[in-house]
Amino acid sequence: MRTARRLRRSRLDPGVTMRRFLAGLLAGACAFAFTANASAQVEIDITRGRTDPLPIAVPSYVASGDTAELSTQITEVIEADLERSGLFAPIDERAFVEQISSINVRPRFADWRVIGARVLVTGEVEPLGDGRVQLNTRLWDVAGNQQLGSVAYKTPRENWRRAAHKVADFIYSNLTGEEGYFDTRIVFVSESGNKLDRTKRLMIMDQDGANPQALTDGLNYDVLTPRFSPSNQQITYLALFDNQPAQVYLFNIETGEQEALGTYRGMTFAPRFSPDGQSVLFSVEQNGNSDVAIMDLRTRRLRTLTDNPAIDTSPTMSPDGRQIAFASDRGGSQQIYVMDADGTNQRRITFGEGTYGTPVWSPRGDLIAFTRQYKSRFYIGVVRTDGTGERLLTESYLDEGPTWSPNGRVLMFHREERPGGPVGLYSVDLTGQNLRPVPTPGEASDPAWSPPLN
Amino acid sequence: MIKRTLGKAGLILALGAMAACASTPEEANTASDYETVAPTTTARTEPVGPEPGTLEDFQQSAGDRVFFGYNQYNLTNEAQGTLSRQAAWLKEFPEVRLRLVGNADERGTREYNLALGARRANAAKSYLVGLGIDPSRITTISYGKERPIDPRSTPDAWAKNRNATTMLVSVGS
Repeated sequence: MRTARRLRRSRLDPGVTMRRFLAGLLAGACAFAFTANASAQVEIDITRGRTDPLPIAVPSYVASGDTAELSTQITEVIEADLERSGLFAPIDERAFVEQISSINVRPRFADWRVIGARVLVTGEVEPLGDGRVQLNTRLWDVAGNQQLGSVAYKTPRENWRRAAHKVADFIYSNLTGEEGYFDTRIVFVSESGNKLDRTKRLMIMDQDGANPQALTDGLNYDVLTPRFSPSNQQITYLALFDNQPAQVYLFNIETGEQEALGTYRGMTFAPRFSPDGQSVLFSVEQNGNSDVAIMDLRTRRLRTLTDNPAIDTSPTMSPDGRQIAFASDRGGSQQIYVMDADGTNQRRITFGEGTYGTPVWSPRGDLIAFTRQYKSRFYIGVVRTDGTGERLLTESYLDEGPTWSPNGRVLMFHREERPGGPVGLYSVDLTGQNLRPVPTPGEASDPAWSPPLN
Repeated sequence: MIKRTLGKAGLILALGAMAACASTPEEANTASDYETVAPTTTARTEPVGPEPGTLEDFQQSAGDRVFFGYNQYNLTNEAQGTLSRQAAWLKEFPEVRLRLVGNADERGTREYNLALGARRANAAKSYLVGLGIDPSRITTISYGKERPIDPRSTPDAWAKNRNATTMLVSVGS
């Protein structure tokens, strides 16, 4: 198998790149580009299975004034983001020949070539008078002796991690041609206690595990299967009560407000937002039978989409809003089905042995991720939306509940490696490579990736 | 009052010990040990037995759990027997309301197991209703795979965790 990473001249139109810079500029509250002059000259093709990560040098950001400690921390976050993606291999700073003391001087490219760097990142952290700092970053093509791009962000000091993630996103995006996913967050279920007396709380953290924060106390109900709204201010989740049927809830991250989505005699469960954030799809259980329904969040009107004596659950809508995938055991074992958004044209797309559950439509629209169970093992896999091209990416005693990174390149899920062992979060590339544990405070399950933050 | 409670506990322990002695090791991990614990209805009239109409009485007279096969929600003969005893007991104590909780083992996804638990609770409810219990006395809940009664990851534990459990939610004075 040939290496999938390749360096090549960018085919990107500089105008497109400029527009992307400007779009980022407009979206970011504290971001602006101080130069937006370069298109990518070094590019990683991440659509193929790759073998070698790109050697990259990220010398410590140049400090000025009182930013020495901050510069070190920012550099570490940027480097860690790049390393964890599996696409980059940061070079140990002890190998560096040139010491960067200003980012406005051309680096000595030969000094970076000699240590094997393909790309060099230089940066500085400048204190601003108003308590904020400015991060200036330049990206260099070491072999081509030229600057690939540059970016600057102003940020309140306490938001330095987000600014660092934005820089990592800039580097990732410049070198892969894909949107970055480092400035994102994860909601998940924090699990504590033994199996007979388990508490499951809703938590949120940065995608790299920093800043974990509990959103529910776990006293009156457990939280399961949280999902992010594409509009980013809301989460929908399942509240599991001891003395009443489980119910789908909405949670506003900013205000902390929670509300049940309607009141039903039976259980509502398996919620997921529509891609436009205007509706929530979920299952409604009546007299033991579960069907898929969609609720318009403005009118609160519920429309049932399936009417089948089998278990129909785990609905997920395609990014264009035209189709819905769901899991059903109407054929005997649970498999994945796809239907039109109005509930018509229901057809089965998976036919493999074992069972398939928790379908999740890729943000790119071309794939559906799922949990497959076969004999006594669980797998995370992907399949094209017509049911062809199934690939299993992971396997363990229990792998369950994939969620897509917003750029559709990485999947996160939860794993119980061995029977009775601790449950935790993991991420894996769409290629099946770069399997990594995701750090959480204690045991964790049911991750859900946020859209890119603004 | 304290004495009576102690007496009751003593009887339960004694019955448990008898059941343990009577069971082979294989049987001890199956549904049958719940059945063997149950005394005949005459035990309820004994002055030292559980107070009639209480949860202890219900558990001993009828058994509060029925068990299911993997990914199944049909009632076995044994489950039907337990539910028939539950129905007889519930007819004796018409003021008692109950919550039927459906549970699943850990071998499935959260979402599917929630649905499966609902099926199991409702299968048990339907059977009781078919035996003449007023459906308005019964609510159903699914805990999916979230509330195991046996924490182990073994076939025995999974068999126990695939159940519908009858809980008494209000007992008349």
